[in-house]
Amino acid sequence: MTGVAAPARRARGRVWGPRAVLLGPGVAWWVAFFLIPVGVLIAYSFFRRGPYGGVIYEPTLKNYARAFDSLYIGVLWTSVRIASIATAVSLLLAYPAALFITRAPARWRVPLLVLVILPFWTSFLIRTYAWIVLLNPAGLINKMLIGGGVIDEPLPLLYNEFAVTLGLVYAYLPLMVLPIYASLERLGPQPSEAAADLYATPSQVLRKITIPLTLPGIVAGCIFVFVPSLGNFIVPDLLGGGQTVMIGNVIQQQFLQARDWPFGAVLAMSVIALMVVVLAVQAQVHRRTQEVEHGRAA
Amino acid sequence: MRHRFLRLVAVVSVAGLVLAACGSDDGGGSPPAASDGAAEPADISGTTLTISNWDAYMPKSVVKGFEQETGVEVEYAIHTTNEDIMGKITAANGTGFDLVFVSGPFVQALTNLGWAAEIDQSQIPNLSNLDPEATELAFDPGNTHSVPYTWGTTGICYRDDLVGDAPTSWEAFRTPSPQTDGKMTMLGTDRWLLQPALLSLGYSINTTDPAQIEEAKAWTMSAKENLLAFDDTTFYSKLVSGEASLVQAWDGWCEYGRAEDPKNIDFVIPDEGSDLWTDTMVVLEASENKAAAYAFIDYILRPEIGKSIVEFTLYKMPNAGVMAAVDPAIIADFPTLAITPTELFEQEAQTDLGEDGTILWTETATEIKA
Repeated sequence: MTGVAAPARRARGRVWGPRAVLLGPGVAWWVAFFLIPVGVLIAYSFFRRGPYGGVIYEPTLKNYARAFDSLYIGVLWTSVRIASIATAVSLLLAYPAALFITRAPARWRVPLLVLVILPFWTSFLIRTYAWIVLLNPAGLINKMLIGGGVIDEPLPLLYNEFAVTLGLVYAYLPLMVLPIYASLERLGPQPSEAAADLYATPSQVLRKITIPLTLPGIVAGCIFVFVPSLGNFIVPDLLGGGQTVMIGNVIQQQFLQARDWPFGAVLAMSVIALMVVVLAVQAQVHRRTQEVEHGRAA
Repeated sequence: MRHRFLRLVAVVSVAGLVLAACGSDDGGGSPPAASDGAAEPADISGTTLTISNWDAYMPKSVVKGFEQETGVEVEYAIHTTNEDIMGKITAANGTGFDLVFVSGPFVQALTNLGWAAEIDQSQIPNLSNLDPEATELAFDPGNTHSVPYTWGTTGICYRDDLVGDAPTSWEAFRTPSPQTDGKMTMLGTDRWLLQPALLSLGYSINTTDPAQIEEAKAWTMSAKENLLAFDDTTFYSKLVSGEASLVQAWDGWCEYGRAEDPKNIDFVIPDEGSDLWTDTMVVLEASENKAAAYAFIDYILRPEIGKSIVEFTLYKMPNAGVMAAVDPAIIADFPTLAITPTELFEQEAQTDLGEDGTILWTETATEIKA
């Protein structure tokens, strides 16, 4: 033990310079564009609103009290519900897709991954507008269904919660596929092959080997989808027809219409708090899996 | 005005449509000719003038012409909403711009905060071109802190061929016909969301009385059941595609629909009346180049310059000389340009709701939409 510790300490001293160089830009970015703005947000949440935006520096807790109004709790709940459904649907779509890519011949994997991220090459807004073209009563999907004799009246596909969920799944699906693919890739085929050699059925292999060992990827993907879904306000606005209000819409409204920065800050904090909870869960899962892996190594 | 709620969202995606709808390019405005022969003000050549305006709310040729004529360098910034520019000014404690374009209620805000300069009217000789009505606007009587840029109203924009009987009342949203049921949109932004209800109920569009707001909320909730969506940015495309047959619309935006479907789209100010909105130019008190700001305002008020702005934006200016100069063919194609100042002035001007009023309105809007 001691024999190992001494050289390690020496090495640590040596790498401090390069480390600062490597970490410096990232840390500076993080402090300037995350830590300070969040600090401002926290500070604002404890002051009174200015009549035309801004804040008056008189401390108050009223903003927090107001956030517990059933109106805002209800909106937050709707947001969590929609974001959860979007995450679950994304997972169901992404896991088989990621599995398929991993098992594809090596020369196909990169092209397939490029296809997954291809939508990111176009503006998110334009892609969201494209869904309006597809989903509206006189849109492509309804026209095809009516033309094919499947339905007589156009289906109400747009301006409801279904459209919002669909838009979120569409927007963030690649963020689910990529981490799951990464963890499947890292796992490699050997554990499944070993299990199969021991007479595990394919479904047993999936349930007892593949899924548990790729849990970190699954959780990471879920967070990548859930977090931006929760705060999204463009999709509910465009595809929800302004009739499905999510917490992102209310926050945007506080800053851009109500001129109530402190209350907007409180609502933003509530989203941050929710995300911290979600990330804590992820950390827990990650730690457990690592324990399992280390245990296996030992 | 059309840019008031033109979030970034719409700027990106609708800009193409708008430009197409306008049918004129930035280059369309005629180059300025210093025909007025007004006395040149103090030497402002070589100075910089910082302006913030809504995107695509002025042809670029106007700015270029001003620069060429005066030698002033214009820094032209863009804001997406009134609240956006208010936020920027608030964050900089009233500094950062010489001249900003904001709507009426925000003139009151800037004035109350002491950030709007009192206009030195002697430096803007072309103020005399303004319609008399435009000097008596409720948010700034006498134009002491603002000069009107464009003005207009909100009404019902509809498809003649799809609605059956032409709408005449805001009640159209609450008592739809079979042709309009589920095929209507209303504006979703606070100030316009409650307006049809308040006008129908006979209340002021600037009310902050909780009982009246409560009634307006109930009215709007019952209208919501008949709506396709709340929509501030794409309602006119919905009309063009036939997805909607009747929408609450700003006059100029209705014209963007009419540009694409001239035969079938029409606009009406309902019998109960509507609002008078005004977008204005405000010089900031902290500006160190007020002379150039006044010169710019004066330039905008020239008939031939105003004409190029009206033909580009399809919004009316409260300036008889300008409106007389606009190509009659354009007015024939876009009839809301022919709404007279007298007619507009009959509508109630939007004024600031104050702190409690704003909270009440926003909360009500959230309740209606949630």
